[in-house]
Amino acid sequence: MQDAITTIAVTDAAARAPGQERWRKHANNIFPFVVMGTLWEIVARVGLFPRRLFPTLEEITATFIRLTVDGILPHHAIETVLRLLAGFGLAAVVGVTIGVLMGRSRRAEDIFLPLVSIGAPIPGLAYTPLFLLWFGLGDFSAILLVGFVSSFPIIFNCWTGVKAVKEIWLRSAQSMGADDRRIFRHVILPGALPYILTGLRLGLAQAWRVLVAIEMLAAVPWGLGWMIFGAREFLNTDVMMAGIAVIAIIGLALEKLVFQRIENYTVVRWGMMGA
Amino acid sequence: MTENGQRNRSLYRAAITLACAAAFYELMARSGYFAPALMPTLPTIFKTLFATLADGTMIEHAAYTLYRVMFGFMLAVVVGLPLGILMARFQRIENFFLPLVSALMPIPSFALVPLFMLWFGIGNLTTILIVFYAATFPMLFNTWSGVRSVNPIWLRAAGAMGADENAMFWKVIIPGASPFIITGMRQSFLRAWIAVVGAEMIAASDWGLGWVIFDAKEFLNTDLMLAALIVIGGIGFAFERLVFGSIERATVQRWGMSRVAKG
Repeated sequence: MQDAITTIAVTDAAARAPGQERWRKHANNIFPFVVMGTLWEIVARVGLFPRRLFPTLEEITATFIRLTVDGILPHHAIETVLRLLAGFGLAAVVGVTIGVLMGRSRRAEDIFLPLVSIGAPIPGLAYTPLFLLWFGLGDFSAILLVGFVSSFPIIFNCWTGVKAVKEIWLRSAQSMGADDRRIFRHVILPGALPYILTGLRLGLAQAWRVLVAIEMLAAVPWGLGWMIFGAREFLNTDVMMAGIAVIAIIGLALEKLVFQRIENYTVVRWGMMGA
Repeated sequence: MTENGQRNRSLYRAAITLACAAAFYELMARSGYFAPALMPTLPTIFKTLFATLADGTMIEHAAYTLYRVMFGFMLAVVVGLPLGILMARFQRIENFFLPLVSALMPIPSFALVPLFMLWFGIGNLTTILIVFYAATFPMLFNTWSGVRSVNPIWLRAAGAMGADENAMFWKVIIPGASPFIITGMRQSFLRAWIAVVGAEMIAASDWGLGWVIFDAKEFLNTDLMLAALIVIGGIGFAFERLVFGSIERATVQRWGMSRVAKG
């Protein structure tokens, strides 16, 4: 009896307009933000903290709009994204090459593994002052550092991925007469791809995390990190919050638009991984 | 080839690589192509390292950094672990926190450093809070997915054998989720370690390994910088391999769960 009732309830729910379901889901997602926003607003208006340090949401939104219309915020954001792409591109090329080499050749593994395992546990940011001394302030150091920091997870994952390709696949491809190039392109590369993608994803996330700090330290003329850091001098907390909001949006977009797409197009479609 | 011989050969090759790298560095440093202030020779670096270790300054810096990182990391575990479990067990809590967590997670902790500096000043509190922010999310996320991925058959089996809620939680869910929880701790510590160095550089106080490195830049003390880098790498390596490695061996591997966890 109990069962019958729940079944009816379930079919009832399913019969409802799908639009309503979707609306409910959105409402569920928005609700916590409304609560947090209200709390923020109350704290800001009560005057527990000086208004300059704890601006109201209205002020933050106004600043956000003003800076966007002026073109200042987009300029900072574009520079940051370009720097991220340049650094990450460097890391992807170098990291995948070294990682795959390490996985394929015993000699390369013996050469690179000690260097990589010594470099990896040092937080990349610790190298910042050293890079700044060696390569000067500015873009070159920043991009090089981002590339350096984000190459470690890429190297490790490519290496593991190539090593994890099943021996049987290689042997069966070989016995079917595939030469080295074909084996590499059609067996090893697709076989290792889930790992390589994981590595690229971790690398990009790492690059994103350190880039903001690097921008603060490397004194680049434009960039969100620099904007936030500079706003501190003038107690422009609203500018800071607007910058943090843009950083959050870019971070979210990277995750949702870039990597989930790539994964759906390649790994999931080839059946290497569940959706 | 025996297992032992293989290992010896790897060690031998690793030693050769490192020796080559060191020789190359030394050659570059001595060639005079770079200013010696920017690229000190290896003996200089080690002399500085031992001098600062001997007079205790480096140890004191390391102690400050460790205090901040442990405090922030503990805070992250104390908040992240229960919240992760609650989110996995109660739909309503998950509904509330999941959107917030997914919105906050992509914000790098360093973006908050200037804001926290304004709010809490320069010093321990800011650094600890940054570490806490950086370390909470991996902890929370791994715990959440660990508790959710506990095999439902185990739950039903335990239920059929008459386990009550309490026993189910402590005897089934917690051990079942433990590989994820330990992976979460490991990741959070790694994050915390990165965050503490960065936060110390930006929100400069008087002590801390990150601060030493950044401060040494002002005076072109590259040898001190590299010495501090060695200490940072050593501590990070020690935690990663020795502490978390032994925890993993004592728990997850002994319980035969290591296959479930994905690093």
